[in-house]
Amino acid sequence: MRVIIIGCGRVGADLAATLESEGHEVTVVEKDRLALVHLPEAFQGRIILGTGIDDAVLRRAGIETADAVVAVTNLDNTNVVAAQIAKEKYKVKTVLARTFDPRLQEIYREFGLETICPTDITVKLIHDSLPAKASGKGA
Amino acid sequence: MYAIIVGGGKIGFYLARTLLDDGHEVLLIEKDADHTHRLEEGLGDVVMHGNGADVRVLERSGIGRADVVVAVTGYDEDNLVVCQMAKRKFGTKRVVARVNNPLNEDTFRMLGIDATVSSTRIIYSLLEEEVGSNTLVCLAALARGRLEIVEVSLSNESPAANKAVKELRLPVDCILMSVIRGDEIIVPRGDTVVKAGDAIVALVRQGGQESLRKAIGAS
Repeated sequence: MRVIIIGCGRVGADLAATLESEGHEVTVVEKDRLALVHLPEAFQGRIILGTGIDDAVLRRAGIETADAVVAVTNLDNTNVVAAQIAKEKYKVKTVLARTFDPRLQEIYREFGLETICPTDITVKLIHDSLPAKASGKGA
Repeated sequence: MYAIIVGGGKIGFYLARTLLDDGHEVLLIEKDADHTHRLEEGLGDVVMHGNGADVRVLERSGIGRADVVVAVTGYDEDNLVVCQMAKRKFGTKRVVARVNNPLNEDTFRMLGIDATVSSTRIIYSLLEEEVGSNTLVCLAALARGRLEIVEVSLSNESPAANKAVKELRLPVDCILMSVIRGDEIIVPRGDTVVKAGDAIVALVRQGGQESLRKAIGAS
């Protein structure tokens, strides 16, 4: 599988390393050279320096032949825009955008975009592990 | 008219000022707190501090009753998201986005935002206009850019000079809308003769610009 990961923070870099170790062809797009420190030294995949909403950058990353695009920069709006370009313009089969803002994720889901919201997930995990849940009453 | 402007830079500020002077209701949303205070000094009580790309802020701005939403921040992704939310989530009739990087214009159009303004593009068009008379200046893009209203000037070397409109070898999907000769505006017919120095305004379908330029412009 050919995967483009936009954003090389902890999530992007870890995902890149994991997918590469499974034998996938990984390209990382990142605008800040310093962020590449998150990648393991052994990372063999391609790295494209540039903004993930820039058409030329995405084409250099090989979006025309990509099987999946994952947008995980630290900016929600960059992620939803990059994901939409991948989905609408390049018809990439699997496209995923991370949004920290649950409301934004709600709206873009309505628009038909596949999204992941770490805020929602974390809230749910914490909530589920609180003892108060069992009795349904406050402390 | 109630206009919401997102982004309190120079463009946002002067746009708010102009709309207020025309008697419109305006809300200017600015992300930076210090800058919000400065804007308030110049505009009064029509500035809101907040991230205009945040749906909660938009809701509090009364976007439901806004006639227009204009996104003019320095970040294209923010402008695009604001306009998409306004148009598709809140049903705002008219949305206008500033495009900072002219290369992003196509992206905006493809993602449903037709009305874009790019100062780079406008200034470049004006420069082109100054530099050569054989160039085509796009005045407006319609139907997601599939149709353009363009202006082209006739130079002395133009193959079209001193010919009647019906003799011009125009592209198929093209209509001449007007001939501007000095202060005079002529609505052209088949027997209208065009002259060097005329500016011709035409409606042309995407892809026909180059043959129009060749038919009317020089070289």
